[in-house]
Formats: sequence, structure tokens, C-alpha cells
Amino acid sequence: MSHFDLIILGGGPGGYVAAIKAAQLGLKTALVEKETLGGVCLNWGCIPTKALLKTAEVLETIKKASDFGIEIKEKPVLNLPKAVERSRQISLQLTQGIAFLLKKNKVTHIKGHGQLKGPREILVESSDRTQTSLTAPHIILATGARARLLPMINMEKDSKFFWTSKEAMTPEKLPKSLLILGSGAIGMEFASFYRSLGVDVTVVEMMARILPQEDREISELAHKLFQEQGIKILTETRSTSFTPQKDLISVSIETKGISQTLSVEKVLLAIGIEANTQNIGLETTAIKLEKGHILTDDFCETHEKGVYAIGDVAGPPWLAHKGSHEGILAVRHIKGETVHPLDPTKIPGCIYTTPQIASVGLTEEKAKSLGFTINVGRFPFSANGKALALGAPEGMIKTIFDSKTGELLGAHMIGAEVTELIQGFTLARTLEATEAEIMETVFPHPTLSEMMHESTLQAFNQAIHI
Amino acid sequence: MTIEILMPALSPTMTEGNLIKWLKKEGDSLKSGDVLAEIETDKATMEVEAVDEGVLGKILVLGGTENVKVNTLIALILEEGETTADLKIQGTPQNSEPTPSEKSLPISPPSPSKSQEKTSLSGISQDRIFSSPLARRLALEKNLDLSTIQGSGPRGRIVKKDVEETSKKPVSVSSSSDSAFEDVALTTMRKVVAKRLTESKQTVPHFYVSMDVEIDALLNLRKDLNKGLGDIKVSVNDFLIKACARTLMDVPEANASWMETFIRLYKTADVSVAVSLDEGLITPIVRNAQSKSILEISAEMKSLREKAQTGKLIPSEFQGGSFSLSNMGMYGVSSFSAILNPPQGCILAVGAGSETAVVRSGVLTVATMMTLTLSVDHRVIDGAIAAQFLKTLKNYIENPVLILA
Repeated sequence: MSHFDLIILGGGPGGYVAAIKAAQLGLKTALVEKETLGGVCLNWGCIPTKALLKTAEVLETIKKASDFGIEIKEKPVLNLPKAVERSRQISLQLTQGIAFLLKKNKVTHIKGHGQLKGPREILVESSDRTQTSLTAPHIILATGARARLLPMINMEKDSKFFWTSKEAMTPEKLPKSLLILGSGAIGMEFASFYRSLGVDVTVVEMMARILPQEDREISELAHKLFQEQGIKILTETRSTSFTPQKDLISVSIETKGISQTLSVEKVLLAIGIEANTQNIGLETTAIKLEKGHILTDDFCETHEKGVYAIGDVAGPPWLAHKGSHEGILAVRHIKGETVHPLDPTKIPGCIYTTPQIASVGLTEEKAKSLGFTINVGRFPFSANGKALALGAPEGMIKTIFDSKTGELLGAHMIGAEVTELIQGFTLARTLEATEAEIMETVFPHPTLSEMMHESTLQAFNQAIHI
Repeated sequence: MTIEILMPALSPTMTEGNLIKWLKKEGDSLKSGDVLAEIETDKATMEVEAVDEGVLGKILVLGGTENVKVNTLIALILEEGETTADLKIQGTPQNSEPTPSEKSLPISPPSPSKSQEKTSLSGISQDRIFSSPLARRLALEKNLDLSTIQGSGPRGRIVKKDVEETSKKPVSVSSSSDSAFEDVALTTMRKVVAKRLTESKQTVPHFYVSMDVEIDALLNLRKDLNKGLGDIKVSVNDFLIKACARTLMDVPEANASWMETFIRLYKTADVSVAVSLDEGLITPIVRNAQSKSILEISAEMKSLREKAQTGKLIPSEFQGGSFSLSNMGMYGVSSFSAILNPPQGCILAVGAGSETAVVRSGVLTVATMMTLTLSVDHRVIDGAIAAQFLKTLKNYIENPVLILA
């Protein structure tokens, strides 16, 4: 039996960051992870998909090379295994980096499946079935989440036809056709990736519009741009049955009462994720669940005192940076430091499609429904010099301000590199900047960031370049 | 070397004041005695004079800034041969941050009114208050003083939430034109009055002693005196000041202050007289009233009252005093109990004189009676002394020739 100050269950971006922080604050810390360090983010999410999307982007750029005055004599050829290998290599490099960081910070890394035995003990079973008991006055659960499956689908029997994101990022060969169920960030990123590589992609969404979490205007512009790229989008549509054939699978779908059947090579399930709450011994504690995830207070503490839950297992938004932030917050709370609860409207979200989408804070609809009187600013990429120079004239930056106080309530962007821009507005929100401070800020020229300035100015009818 | 102008202390107890306005601007030539600026302290407005010759080089604290700490660098004067370039060598002094009052205000509605703007300045005192831009704007709109808000952000920074929570407290609800009430920003004087009187009423063990006195003789004497004086009019209050002064000499135990570790007995009767103003209350002092004539007291009171009403009292004219007198007779008040003016041990509350049926030697007759109520700090003065004070005072008032003696 080993005793620690803190045990963390799960080595994803929530857990490993919490472990490093805890060690830095002088806590004797153990991190239990049954698979590779880095969680979904590094191994099966954020990082490898970005590597793949870069492949798609390079291909797109080459296809458009003549626009930039470069003639490519031969048709570019995709080497898919190489692209996947590159993606895996980057993941590997990063997970090794985490192992190094844990070692450097003297975190005890324990490989195996851990589960709670009451609120102060974790029993770890390693791959060779040996069991180790760890005890600590504080435990952080960071077990993450996994792709949600449809009960009507037998994934094992029909594994040939069905993908989750994990299979979709390690394809052996390109499918000719791909049906994606769900148009959230994961669904649309894969739609963008596979479409760029020439796959016939159809996206099926139950809601009235794609990317339902995003601002309506952004989602509508995205819909239009994706359609122009050849992605077929079916909204208000649900799949009713799946019938495997020899090489294809027939999918019956229904759109507002009208049924049709599509035959595709692969079906990607991107209908959301489910928290990993099973087989971790929650039943041996007072922890409570709600809608499948662990209930926590403002400081990530569960109903069981001393036991915390962070990241995906503690509920949406399912974002790595939310998990990391909560990890730090929980550790500092355990140390008795003054911490501030995480405000979900200050968590940025990024979608790495082509074009990219990024947002922070309230959407226009949400701001209105909350009773705010708002000033809305918009600035199009087509009026920005840098965007034209990049050959990316599509997109816009939308800002939403409280008319009464000037508070930046939300910012929504679609277009090239917006995932790198959103942090400017996130910082503004965190610092509680008003339109006055953003207006007074000097934005460098020529950059895409100038559109952030102009959008703010436009919200108050003071835009210069439009 | 440039000459530094520091925020002056107008009294030994002054720690901060408001810089009302500059009467000279940067670049103006100055000679000794020129009035540079007006400064408002607890209860008075004072002028800051130049003591050296030179040119006003740089104003570091703008007019309209509240709560400027004593000894803060407020301006720099250039001596002969110096130019504005010499200012830069000194670097930007601490606390020189300009207040936003003269900066352009945000474009979005609502545009704050002037009074609100002034209030916001109090949030920008010389000790920087860390706050978010949004918190500052909300405080401005809600007419809240940032210095009164507890910050909950990183390192105690005041954020939106803190202002919203403060504004939810009933005392500081923001006002709007269509509401059934109006919230009036506090003047410095109001704040001081509130603070001092709260402290007095809460910490000083008050007790009250009342006595009715007949003032017909005093009224007659006053009438005769005024008849003989022509244009000058002596008031009943002037007589009361003198009568109190005499009484204090006769009952020196009442001319005293509680000083926490000792009791201070005053040798002179420095009578603080409450004067009501639009923005509050002030108590100018008739010093050495025991040795002044009624006419001298009357003239001095007239001058002090005028200065009080125009905010020109200097601190020595209203700070100190050994005894207070508050007369509400002119409002028809029959009697009232005053709150002590610390650290003084007594305050006399005077009601209106009114014709009353009195029984004298078994005969019912009419006399003009007035009720005196003495509020007393029991730590300093006991009931017997208070009673003796009133009895002595009554004797002077009812035999007013003794006042003049």
C-alpha cells in the first residue's frame, strides 16, 4: 500500500496537467492511467486530427497552386499511410513529452486500471493482473469520455462499416463514400478532411442547422461554404435503419417525414460523447451523477468530500483546455488557495474545418434570450488585406456587445486561422474589457486580427474599412 | 531644480482632500502669493498659494480629483531658466496617473452626467484600485464608489460580479429618471458628518438633562441693547454663547473632554456653534468666549456664519472647541436632544421660547419659557455636574445682567 497526498485517475489533458501542478505545489502525487498518457486529446483527438487536417490543407493548397502563380505539372497524389503515420508520430512524440514532464516533476506514474475503493483509496490493476492499493486524502477523477454509440448499431459485428473518430483518424485506405452522423465539431472536422481528400461526404444532422452550438449566422455561413466544397448536408434528418450489404451499407434516413436510402462505404458516428463513469468504483462513494456525468461544485469537488472530478467526466463543454483549467483549479483548491470558478462563457471553442470556426461567450440568440440589449459588429474577410493575400477571402468576424455596459458578450469567427485569433477576444472577456479598450488597442497591420478591431468598431458604427 | 507642490495638510488631522480646481494653468507665470488651486477638506475650501516665483510647469493631479492624499505631488513649478524639458528628468512621479475625467468617454450610451463622472473619480484615488474596465464602467453607471467595493478577482481586482453584488444591496440601488426615488451622491461634508456622528452616538455613552428657563428678562435686555446699537443686532444666541462661556468658567468640570486615557479640562470657553448648511452641518468656534463682549461675540458669529455658508472656513475656525451649542429655536422646535461632538463632553440643545402659563408664588402668570437640554458624555461628566451646569446657566439667563457683568 502506498500513500500519497493526491491521486489522479486518468492521464489526459485534465489529469496530467493537474498532476504536474500538484507536484509543483509540493503534493506527493500519483497519476493512474491504463492506456497511453495524454488521453483522447493527444492520442485520438485534438492533436492527431490536426496533423491530418494539415495534410488536407497542403493538398488543397497544391490544388490551388496556380492561383498563386505556381504551376504543378503532375496531379498531386495522396499517400494516406504516410499521412496517418505522420499523425501517429506527432501523438507519440507528445505522449513521450508528457512522460518526461511527469518524471521531471516527480509525479508517480502508475500504469493500470484504477478504481475507487471508498473515497480515500484507489485500487490499481495492472495488465498482468497484479493489484496495488493507493491511498490519499484527495483524489481527482479525470477519466474522460468516449464516443457515444447508437443502440441500433452492432459495432462489433459490423465493424467493417462503422467508424468512431478513432477509426476515422487511422484509415488504411480512403473510402469512396462516407456518411457522418452528427454535425458537431468532430463530425464537421472529419467531413472537411475527407472531402478535401476527394471522398463523397454526406453529413446527417437531427437539428435544424449544422454546428448547432455556434452562432446561427456563423453556422449558416459554414453550411454554405461546406456545400460549395461538395459536402452534402442533410439537416432535420435522422437515420432510421442500417442494412449491411456486401461492400456497402444501406442507411435509411428520414427528413421531415420523407424517407430515402443512401448506400455508403463507411458510417462515422459523431453524435456526441459519453462520460467514462463505469468501472471506476463511483458506487463506493457518495458521488452523484447527472445526465451521465459526475456532478461537481464550483471548485470541481464532488458530493464526496475530498474527491474531485474534472474535464469530460464532469460534463460539457468537452474540451481539453476546459479539463486542464479545471485540473489546475481543483489542485489549487485542494491546496487551500483562493481560486475562481470557471465561467463557461469565458471558454473558447475551436473547430478546425476549412474554413476554421472559433467562438467565445454568448451567441447572438443567447444574448437576446438572456435579455441583453446588444450591439452587433461584423467584418468580412473579403475586406481584409491579409485575408486576400492568403487567398482566403471567405469568412467573417462577428462581435456582440452589451449596449448598456459595453461588455464583450461574445465573439464568433469563421475563416482562415480564426482559431489563433479567438484568444484575443478570450483575453478581453477575461479581463472584462469593454468596447472602449478594444477600440483603443493597436492592431498590427497587415494581419487578420485587424478584423477583430473593425468588427468591434462596426458594432458601434465606427468601422473604417467597410 | 523644479519646485514640487505637494497636497497641503490644512489641519493636523487631515489625511486627504479634494482638489477642486486649478486657478492657474500650465505655462502661467507665478509670483509668491498667487492662488494656484482650491482644495476642499473635510469641511472647508482652502486656497493653495505659490510660495516661490516661477512658471507652473506641470499639473499632476487634475482639478476635480477627490481623496488626494496629503503630501501627494500635485504640480511642479519651474524656476527661472528651466524649461519643460527639465520636467522629464524627474521622471513621471508616482500617483501622477491622470484621472479619466478629462479623457473621452466611451461612445456607447449612456453618456454619464457630470455628477456621475465626478463620483467615479473617487474610485481613482492615489492608491490605485485594481478593477476591470467593465467593473469601472458599471460602477460609474450605478454611481458606486469603487473604493467601497471588495474585489474578488485575481489579487483582489474588482470585477463585474463584485460591482453587481454591491449594487444589489438596497442602500446603493442605482437611480434612473423613472424611479420613485433619487440617489444623491455624498458630499465630503456629508460623509464626515455621517462618520463622526455615527461614531459619537455609537461609542459615547450619552445622557440628557433638561431644564426650562424663563427668558423674558433676556429678551427685554436684548431689545434695549439693540435699540441702543442702531444697525447692529445682537441675537438671543449671542447671549446664550456668552452665558454658556460664563457657566463653563463657573463649572469647569463641564468644560472637558474624554481623551481615552485621561480627561482634559479646558481653561477657556471655546464654544462651537452649530451652523446648518445646504450640504451638511458645521460648527465654527467662538474662542475665548468667556473674555469677549456680547458685541464681539455677535460680530465674530456673523463673520463665521458667512464663511461657513461660502465654504471659506479654515480648519482652525471649526476644529477644536471645548463645548457645543445647537439652537433650533428659530425653527419653533420646543426641545431636542443633540448628539455629542467628540471629544467634547457636552452639547447644549436650545429650543424655541414660547409664552407659557407658569405658577409663581401661587399665582398663575404668563412667561416666555425655553427648554435647554444638555447632552453629556457620562465618561467625563456625571449627572450632578450636568445639573449644576444647567442651574448655573439658568441663573445667568434669567438674570441676564450677570451675563454682561
